[in-house]
Amino acid sequence: MPFACIYVPNFPVAAAVRAEPELKARAAAILEGKPPLENIFAVNEKAHRMGITPGMTKAQAELCAEPALRPRSALQESAAHAALLDCAQSFSPCVEDTACNTVLLDLSGLESLFGSLPEISRALSHRATTLGLETNVAVASNPDTAMLAARGWCGAGTLARAGVAVIPTGEEAERLGPLPVEVLFADHLEGEEKKSAERLLETLERWGIRSLRALAALPEVALSERLGQEGLHLQNLARGAASRTLVPVEVPLVFEEAVELEHPIVLLEPLAFLLNRLLEQICARLGSRALSTRELRLTLELENFSSSNQQSKTTNQQFRRTLRLPLPMLDAKVFLKLLQLDLNAHPPGAPIAKIHLAAEPARPRSAQGGLFLPPTPEPEKLELTLARIAGMVGENKVGALELLDTHHPEGFRMQRFVVEASRKNSVARALMPANSNHAEEKSAVTALRRFRPPLRADVTLENGQPVYLVCPKKDMQGRVLWRAGPWCFSGDWWEREAWSRDEWDIALKNDALQHGETVVLYRIVHDLLGGGWFVEGTYD
Amino acid sequence: MSSAVFSTSAATGRPFVFEEEAEPEVRSLASASRASLDRTAPSTPLSAGEGGCPHISQQMPEKRGVQESAIARVLQSTIKNQQSKIPPASVTPASRLAIRPAPEMVSSGVPAIDALTGGLPRGCLSEICGPASSGRTTLLLAALAAATRRGEFCAVVDASDALDPRSASAAGVELDRLLWVRCGASSTQEKNSPQRHRGEEKGFFENPEDRIQSRSTNQSEQRLEKVLRATDLLLESGGFGLIALDLGDLPSQAARRIPLTTWFRFRRAVEHTPTILLALEQQAIAGSCSSLLLQLGKPGDELKASIAQDNRLFDADNAGESAAKACPEPVEGRQKNAAHGPSTALRVNSSRGLDAEEGEAPEGRKKVCRGERSAHPAHAQLLTGLNITAELIRSRVERKPARSVTFESKTAWAG
Repeated sequence: MPFACIYVPNFPVAAAVRAEPELKARAAAILEGKPPLENIFAVNEKAHRMGITPGMTKAQAELCAEPALRPRSALQESAAHAALLDCAQSFSPCVEDTACNTVLLDLSGLESLFGSLPEISRALSHRATTLGLETNVAVASNPDTAMLAARGWCGAGTLARAGVAVIPTGEEAERLGPLPVEVLFADHLEGEEKKSAERLLETLERWGIRSLRALAALPEVALSERLGQEGLHLQNLARGAASRTLVPVEVPLVFEEAVELEHPIVLLEPLAFLLNRLLEQICARLGSRALSTRELRLTLELENFSSSNQQSKTTNQQFRRTLRLPLPMLDAKVFLKLLQLDLNAHPPGAPIAKIHLAAEPARPRSAQGGLFLPPTPEPEKLELTLARIAGMVGENKVGALELLDTHHPEGFRMQRFVVEASRKNSVARALMPANSNHAEEKSAVTALRRFRPPLRADVTLENGQPVYLVCPKKDMQGRVLWRAGPWCFSGDWWEREAWSRDEWDIALKNDALQHGETVVLYRIVHDLLGGGWFVEGTYD
Repeated sequence: MSSAVFSTSAATGRPFVFEEEAEPEVRSLASASRASLDRTAPSTPLSAGEGGCPHISQQMPEKRGVQESAIARVLQSTIKNQQSKIPPASVTPASRLAIRPAPEMVSSGVPAIDALTGGLPRGCLSEICGPASSGRTTLLLAALAAATRRGEFCAVVDASDALDPRSASAAGVELDRLLWVRCGASSTQEKNSPQRHRGEEKGFFENPEDRIQSRSTNQSEQRLEKVLRATDLLLESGGFGLIALDLGDLPSQAARRIPLTTWFRFRRAVEHTPTILLALEQQAIAGSCSSLLLQLGKPGDELKASIAQDNRLFDADNAGESAAKACPEPVEGRQKNAAHGPSTALRVNSSRGLDAEEGEAPEGRKKVCRGERSAHPAHAQLLTGLNITAELIRSRVERKPARSVTFESKTAWAG
């Protein structure tokens, strides 16, 4: 039963590099502690070459060279850990969350899906790279051997390189032999564990035991007498003979990324740059779990926040925007454009100190095209187009129509224009015989073009019927040639917004136009509650 | 002259090679210069004694001939090499141009229009123009209804926020397939909001004059810009079966300000796509960019004649004469007159005054009888529809398509 281990060497630096990929090319060091008492906690390879080592103070590190000093971020590390779990979960459902930088997964039965064990290892490494993590991947017949092999690629220290190792069954002791004894202990232990590990390492050092081969060759009884059961367990590990069962973990579907800024951002352009990075990471994680999203929640922590100017939803010093999508999508570029358009329309109003982005996972949409189906707008492109148009004409001025169950003349509301909802109807329609479409065809229906808002007019009545109309707004003035009505409407009398009106259809000979008189059909309305006449529209 | 052809092609880098013309004639530099000299000063022969060029005249004829032939050979070979590198027929004669395929025509939703034009062309710009009450919107809604019935998604870019959802629904438009972009100035939601009513006790309409004063003079230009940008975006997005550009209420002066390059861009954007781009306007403004131009009826004498006839019926109703229930038929006279120009006629249904109230009420409308109005035959008349005349002005299918057709539209509540 093969097991794989994915190990992220130098995890604090890896988490920082994942959030800020530019650090790969620079000497970077992670600081821990409260200013001004900050110490170097971890360094990358370039910083190590410059002479920066963990434990140095910030001032000492700055004297050595000009490294990129970043504070240790729990948010970044938890996001990197979640990405590591996503990577493992995308291959196997049986995943053990061994440490923040180590996951173990059961590979039994995966050969038919992903190929041979070396191929699976490479695929794991590649997937982790796409998620922004440089990892060591090792495959062995038992979990501990895989973990030791993954840790020991170049030692347990900071200078690790990504690599893949597959240890055949029976060769565990031989392959693990050259590794140093430090790989037996996890990185960055704390408290009692750290003290115990240091004591054991010191003892082994005193004995001259520096590699796993040497430890494996020690006599068991003598080792047991000196180090107890712990010594025997370490020897078993060194021989690759330890065996245990995995403790699978159910990883919650939480997709969140965050970045804390040293200096607050005041412009949207650099914000977009950071958002792009976060969105790419979230999309990569969602993609590794074969998921999409329908909702993006952006939370910006603001500096010097004054709530009096804000109309958006704000809590304390936070500015929140929620982007709801009509369909599940997974395109970082589309998300970025949508967020940009949204932030352009609703700017935060204060410098941004921290960005937090979360995605609500959803099943990806499944749609099957057909040769005989009419063309439909691509949902991602359409959403962008609608957002752009909404930014231009207003949010509630673009969309689909929904008629309300009322006799009110404007009894409709705008709703979101969604392509997917009616695709099923088109499939059904395409399957219908061609003649049925012809049967549906109706004769043309006289349309009304509305004036929004209706135009106030002066109407002269004769025997209760309109005979002359003047509307200065539209250059309407003339004798009513023909009229029909009144059609009396009223409604909402139980509400404060009650309405009651008489409608007339008239043909007006317009004398106000300079280039000759014209006869136009209008609908005019007499507002019985408010008084006054209005031209509501023209029949066209 | 062949030398001119040679020099032009060399200057532009494209050889103009036609069927009748073989390889260009090439002459030596000396002979060319001599010819140019002959052209510039034909009446003043040069000689050494008269101050002409002494080098040319003093050279030995045999030696000069050898040099000329050597230069000519070099030039010939150079030109041949160059011509072999350049494809010979860079300019295709018009006679060899491929024939542009005819566009796919789809139903406009009105059989009479389909019979007149063959339908609406896909991948082309079509224009429907006409004055108010000429039936433009009726035709637009019919086209939208036909497109949505085919399962296509449609968009209406509405410059004046004039679309009536009830009319669209009655015309058969599937509203969930229709994207409505409202570029008008007001917002219905704002108008109907309770806040507005709380602050204003006058009635359900607001006074538009208040807004008129605050509007800037270039509002129509801004609206037009929004309309054009929205149309651009929708065309770029793709996937729509029909995109309608409703400029019907825009003043002609404002609509004419749309640069022709915009229409060219629209035409290019919609080309080779299954989208129908339909522009609704008062006057044709797209020029040759539109593949189909329909001029709809101008309500004039025909309408007045119809109204006069109807008024007579109305008076007869008042006098207690027998009611003429049927609408004045879409008379042949009108259809005959249609050949002289587009027209729109009003169709009304007359009945016997208040007795008609006992009949079936039109859908969506309730009839109320009030004491003071009982003397007047308020419901004696009913607008049942319009006779719409359309004239085909331009079509890609036909060269001179001056024909017209009349069809009837039905009022939504008229059964």
